[in-house]
Amino acid sequence: MSGSGEQVGVVVAPAVEGAAPAAAAPRRRLGGVVGGGLAILAIALTVAAFADAIAPHGYDDQDLAFALQPPVGVGGTWTNALGTDALGRDVLSRIIYGTRTSLLLALSSVLLAGAAGVTLGLVSGWAGGRSDAAIMSVVEAQLSLPYLLIAIAFMALLGPSLANLVIVLVLRSWVVYARLVRVAVLSMKSREFVTVAVALGATDGRILFRHIAPNVLAPALVVSSFQLAELIIVESSLGFLGLGVQPPTPSWGSMLSQGREYIATAWWLVTFPGLAIIITVLGANLFGDALRDALDPRLRTRAAPGRGLFRRLVRAIPSPVR
Amino acid sequence: MARQVLRRTFRAAAALLLVTAVVFTLLHLSGDPAYVLLAPEATPEQRAMFRARYGLDQPLPVQYVRYLAQVVQGDFGQSLSFQAPALGVALQRLPATLELTLAAMVLAVAVSIPAAVLAARWRGTLFDRLMMGITLVGQSVPTFWLGMMMIMVVAVHFRLLPASGRGGWAHLVMPAVALALWLMALLARVTRSEVLEALEQDYVRTARAKGLTERAVAGRHALKNALLPIVTVLGLQFGGLLGGAVMTETVFAWPGVGTMILDAILKKDFPVVLAGVMVVAIGFIIVNLALDLLYAVLDPRIRRA
Repeated sequence: MSGSGEQVGVVVAPAVEGAAPAAAAPRRRLGGVVGGGLAILAIALTVAAFADAIAPHGYDDQDLAFALQPPVGVGGTWTNALGTDALGRDVLSRIIYGTRTSLLLALSSVLLAGAAGVTLGLVSGWAGGRSDAAIMSVVEAQLSLPYLLIAIAFMALLGPSLANLVIVLVLRSWVVYARLVRVAVLSMKSREFVTVAVALGATDGRILFRHIAPNVLAPALVVSSFQLAELIIVESSLGFLGLGVQPPTPSWGSMLSQGREYIATAWWLVTFPGLAIIITVLGANLFGDALRDALDPRLRTRAAPGRGLFRRLVRAIPSPVR
Repeated sequence: MARQVLRRTFRAAAALLLVTAVVFTLLHLSGDPAYVLLAPEATPEQRAMFRARYGLDQPLPVQYVRYLAQVVQGDFGQSLSFQAPALGVALQRLPATLELTLAAMVLAVAVSIPAAVLAARWRGTLFDRLMMGITLVGQSVPTFWLGMMMIMVVAVHFRLLPASGRGGWAHLVMPAVALALWLMALLARVTRSEVLEALEQDYVRTARAKGLTERAVAGRHALKNALLPIVTVLGLQFGGLLGGAVMTETVFAWPGVGTMILDAILKKDFPVVLAGVMVVAIGFIIVNLALDLLYAVLDPRIRRA
């Protein structure tokens, strides 16, 4: 916190000052990689949207006679392709409904965090002075805290409702947007197109939203993809600790926490929900990576401002959820 | 430089104040410890006595100011669930957390930095693409799931290592590896892109022109100049992990700061939560200040600024 705002400055500033124009790197072939990440995300979204149609069973259909059935191929049947849990519920169906829970929560939180963070970042970077100091000191204070512990405290003390869960997830991400956008605005403030706009008498609002915001959109989009991945992990972590979505609503995290008790006897209970998390998170990370390579101006032109700004800021959150 | 450090410290103190106020309010919004900690059959008089004894019957701002006054004198209050000073309870777990964090960091640095420098040198080759693929997967695997998989295979199935707790080296291996995998991924990505960036600079062309081997160029000139951002990432993650790798600690029942604060939160042991969060936040501040000083050592240009 000793100035995480500044921290970013320290990270970025030396590079910017000594910026020799980077040699134009060969653009990566986009198709494949964007396609891969996008395909995974599209599949996950489809599964989430049509969970009722896709899932072979209900998420809370219990049948104790069929408890702890192994997956098909290792003694199980196609009726419960990925096995059943201790209450005889179908693991595959619960993963499918869990996709809905996780994606819905992560997506809505990313959108809210993006809206809040981008707005505050724009204000902070453009207005400077007191509002900048105020916003950045909140950012610093938050970043000096162990995020996961605060999230746990919040959920445990105020109750694990959906609204609280979204608040906690938004809390994770808004900082990233705010810092990124602020630095981007600062680096753009002195550029010609802004000076020209000022000289032509444009209002602050017009300059911010017509001239600066569009330039901030690309990095914000990249951040969103990575934050989606991050928030899926945060949500499943809280679920694993019993502080996420409450039963009987299935979520990947709570499935893992319930499966943990059977770690020695029913391997499928901890294996498959984890794979669902990894595949989805990987999809979002792949998409973010590809998007960044496609949008990073550094790779397109030699005279990009804030050399490598993207790369440094996009992932720079301390306080890991690990 | 000294002025800068002073200013930073001042701002850090302000942030700490904000942080404790938020945590304090959050804790007190959440319910009455007199109901959580006393037996259900306790009489109202007993509850009132309990509140009076810990000053919980006062208005919140009064409680907060009183608390701060005590903290300044080094008194973080008594733990409500252990009969011990809250600060002692919080500090007691610090060595375990440091042990796990340092082990994971050493492992991550030892593996990922050489690998990343090679990947940068051989950019676009199969090795590079494989490395990037692995790091992407490494960043996408939740550590707590990886930990469970390791327990399932290594501890339960093959019975090679203990599944949980802290003891000798054998206990440290699995949690450290689980935590390190993610650090490795992060560090390898940062190192690779920084070295790539450095390899495009003029001094690298000079170094090549004067006939240095590629190995010396990448390993010495480029890596040295890429060090600042790498150290930043390492430092920030170290600071962040001071609060304990909560998920890793939970899965492996590692008795660190993270599980301690988690327990205290669930038990509503407010003084311990506050003391713990404060210890972690102060640790983070110190790490950050140390980072600033380190920058000056690593980059003489900063000393003059």
